[in-house]
Amino acid sequence: MNYLYAAYIATWVIHIAYLTSLGIRYSRVRKELEQLAKK
Amino acid sequence: MKRAFPILAILTAGLLSYALYQALVVAPTDRLQGDVYRIIYYHVPSAWTMFTFFAINFVASIVYLIRRNLKADAVAVAAAEVGVVFNTVVLVTGPLWARPVWGIWWTWDIRLTSTLVLWLIYVSYLLLRRFSAGAQMPLLAAALAVFGALDMPLVYFSIWFFRTQHPQPVVGGGGSIDPKMLQVWMLNWLAFECFGLLVFWSRYRLEVVRREVEETQALESLLEVGNSR
Repeated sequence: MNYLYAAYIATWVIHIAYLTSLGIRYSRVRKELEQLAKK
Repeated sequence: MKRAFPILAILTAGLLSYALYQALVVAPTDRLQGDVYRIIYYHVPSAWTMFTFFAINFVASIVYLIRRNLKADAVAVAAAEVGVVFNTVVLVTGPLWARPVWGIWWTWDIRLTSTLVLWLIYVSYLLLRRFSAGAQMPLLAAALAVFGALDMPLVYFSIWFFRTQHPQPVVGGGGSIDPKMLQVWMLNWLAFECFGLLVFWSRYRLEVVRREVEETQALESLLEVGNSR
């Protein structure tokens, strides 16, 4: 059972880590857009 | 799509939760492997979703090579990234299933090795895109993607044509599976495909906006140079 839970948890850790990286990149691009709009 | 996205995200979250419940609670226990076989409901759908996105990357790369279409290039990079995420899931869940069933974490048989090579090819593709610049970069990346896609049939058909440690195909390969198990399996596949498509759409939008920002920044610096003269 431990292997089963480890596999399911690992799957969601990988997906959540990727979604977090997407979110960080989104906020970085949004900041750059705001800076461009200020100019 | 922008308005529909939150609704689709909620529906997909619901579908994933329902599929998880079906996989862990409703699907019958395997007579030989016990409960650990339930890894199949994440491992195999992740592999099929991985194939979907690498196939999208392949088609988009061909379109880019023929038409130099920038939207196709953005689709290619987004699909490759999502494909690599699902490939990583396959490479992590596989050994976690192999250990209790085969007694080993890994073996260098053709299915496992070609899947690892596939991951390395697309990671190289993403590294090429990340760390090289210039007008030729998308062209080089598209060419690499087309060659990289040649590994996909090897991964898929390796268990049909070679003797491997990896089990033979259950679906479409002459094997049999309990109808309820098959139903839960397909449900999880659908859920992961929907999830993958939503993530892909987000990554594609990010790529489009990022390129717009880069183009505007380049234009601004050109104007600044022009004004200073």
